[in-house]
Amino acid sequence: MLEFLQQLINGLALGSIYALIALGYTMVYGVLRFINFAHSDVFMVGAFCGYYASKVGSRFLASGTVTAAIVVFLMSMVVCALLGILIERLAYRPLRERSKLTVLITAIGVSLLMEFTGQLVFGADPKSFRLLPSKNLQIFGGLVFNTNQVVVLGVTVLLLVVLQMIVLKTKMGTAMRAVSYNHRAAALMGINIDVVISFTFGLGSALAAAAGILYAISYPSIDPLMGVMPGLKAFVAAVLGGVGSIPGAAIGGVLIGIIETLVSGYVSSTYRDAIAFGVLILILLFKPTGLLGQPTVEKV
Amino acid sequence: MPHRPKSTLFAAVLIIAALALVVPQSINQYYLFILYDIGINIILAVSLNLINGYTGQFSLGHAGFMAVGGYTSAYITTVLGPKLLLLLGGAGTASSSLLFLGSLLAGGFTAALAGLLVGLPSLRLRGDYLAIVTLGFGEIIRVVIQSMDAVGGQRGFSVAQTYTNLFWTFSMAALTIYTIVALVRSSYGRGFIAVHDDEIAAEAMGINTTQYKVTAFVTGAFFAGLAGGLYAHSKGFLTPGGFDFMKSIEIVVMVILGGMGNTLGVILAAILLTILPEALRSFEKYRMILYSLMLVILMITRPQGLFAWNWKWRRRASPATSNKKGSP
Repeated sequence: MLEFLQQLINGLALGSIYALIALGYTMVYGVLRFINFAHSDVFMVGAFCGYYASKVGSRFLASGTVTAAIVVFLMSMVVCALLGILIERLAYRPLRERSKLTVLITAIGVSLLMEFTGQLVFGADPKSFRLLPSKNLQIFGGLVFNTNQVVVLGVTVLLLVVLQMIVLKTKMGTAMRAVSYNHRAAALMGINIDVVISFTFGLGSALAAAAGILYAISYPSIDPLMGVMPGLKAFVAAVLGGVGSIPGAAIGGVLIGIIETLVSGYVSSTYRDAIAFGVLILILLFKPTGLLGQPTVEKV
Repeated sequence: MPHRPKSTLFAAVLIIAALALVVPQSINQYYLFILYDIGINIILAVSLNLINGYTGQFSLGHAGFMAVGGYTSAYITTVLGPKLLLLLGGAGTASSSLLFLGSLLAGGFTAALAGLLVGLPSLRLRGDYLAIVTLGFGEIIRVVIQSMDAVGGQRGFSVAQTYTNLFWTFSMAALTIYTIVALVRSSYGRGFIAVHDDEIAAEAMGINTTQYKVTAFVTGAFFAGLAGGLYAHSKGFLTPGGFDFMKSIEIVVMVILGGMGNTLGVILAAILLTILPEALRSFEKYRMILYSLMLVILMITRPQGLFAWNWKWRRRASPATSNKKGSP
């Protein structure tokens, strides 16, 4: 029982990272109706930005303090938001009226481009960095909470609340919802579609950057291909929750994280990467709209 | 001549296969292996072209099918081979050729079975979802092979006999090209292009889109399995890592560079993309960057591929990768 609870905690921490990445997939899908494959690599760049920011930051701020950590987070999020906007501007905007297949191939191309450029720029060797000193906390006589896990959960919840506020309470959030509801009607109502799409990419990429740093502090090392697997799993999480649904992405992420931890804990860690795909195939076969998704009707 | 493209195409490759019987004695080993790779890549690219090009689906798991075929045929010749050879009457050229051909076909059929498994969920999926599911299947196949001890798992599997030669490689390539071109040009095959052009309209016209999609997957997978068998018996050693996502991407790049639904273009692209990395050995570091950049730039500026000439006979049966359907 204790072990089960422990696995659940570990799964929750992993799942909240997936949830943050999944939000980017789901939001972009909401406004543009395509899967931004390059998102997983924005996550990777986020981790590397964190790495370099903490290196540079340690000259000005005492490393290991909360202030330094916040500065690292913000810097990485801003850089990645700009990167996301840039990717959309250069690669996806020229293809806005093209067939889905064209956009999909481009997205894969951008993703690969970032991975291999990353190997060239950052170096293929794994790197590691620490943001805050980590310590194991014992509670309930045996359950172990790592302080990093607390940070992961705390930051995730905070970002989810902020995101929910942006989407529900601000003018830009309303515009985002309008665009994802109906592109043309939103444009007719005077909403500047391009600005909304750029904003969505920026927001999603910033969340991915935060996820990248959280991943980097919970796992031993970062490398240019680190985004591939978490990216695919987060995508599965987005589908599980229902693509286009923000609460769905959060729930899906947590579920995938827990399933993965339980499978690698109780069955075999060989299958930890395959399990997400198994889940994906099952959802698509039995409930393609996901847990919270809206069914769509294809019109001729 | 322009009216009989498939027979000219078939004849051309048959001549290559015949030449292949003469050439090997006089050729440098290094070039020989490049020629094998060319043949194998042609089979892979042309078969993927049926799925991604003509039928308009998007598979990212072709390397997985190749792995299934490669491992199956390697297992047959290496583990079951000695016994089977006895059954076929000793280790002569005829019986070993028969064994190799049988193992290739077995690999093809096993891969086709895997294709059926992937094709079935594809009934309900399109575009992005299908791409991810096929990618997932490819990964699952890899993980399963990794955990199978009978074929060496993570350590890899050495193949006892390297049976692959130019004759087999290019006659299989000819068979692939012929089958797929003939299939797509037959009256039955128009259905693939109809599915590509507009699935809903095709269905309204009474075309069984599901059946076409599954047929495309099964046929494509069969030939990928053949290519896997040839690959296994040319390299002599298989590792699960050799059939990863990047291998699938390489094949996708060949199809896109050649032009989706343009068999001749895809063949040229397969040849080009096999020779180019060899010629540019010193640029190895930049190869994947170049590939990915090429994907993006091609999609933005020339989605019909590099080799899209407006030949009369080509226009009839090949779907242009047009931009009819604007995404919302």
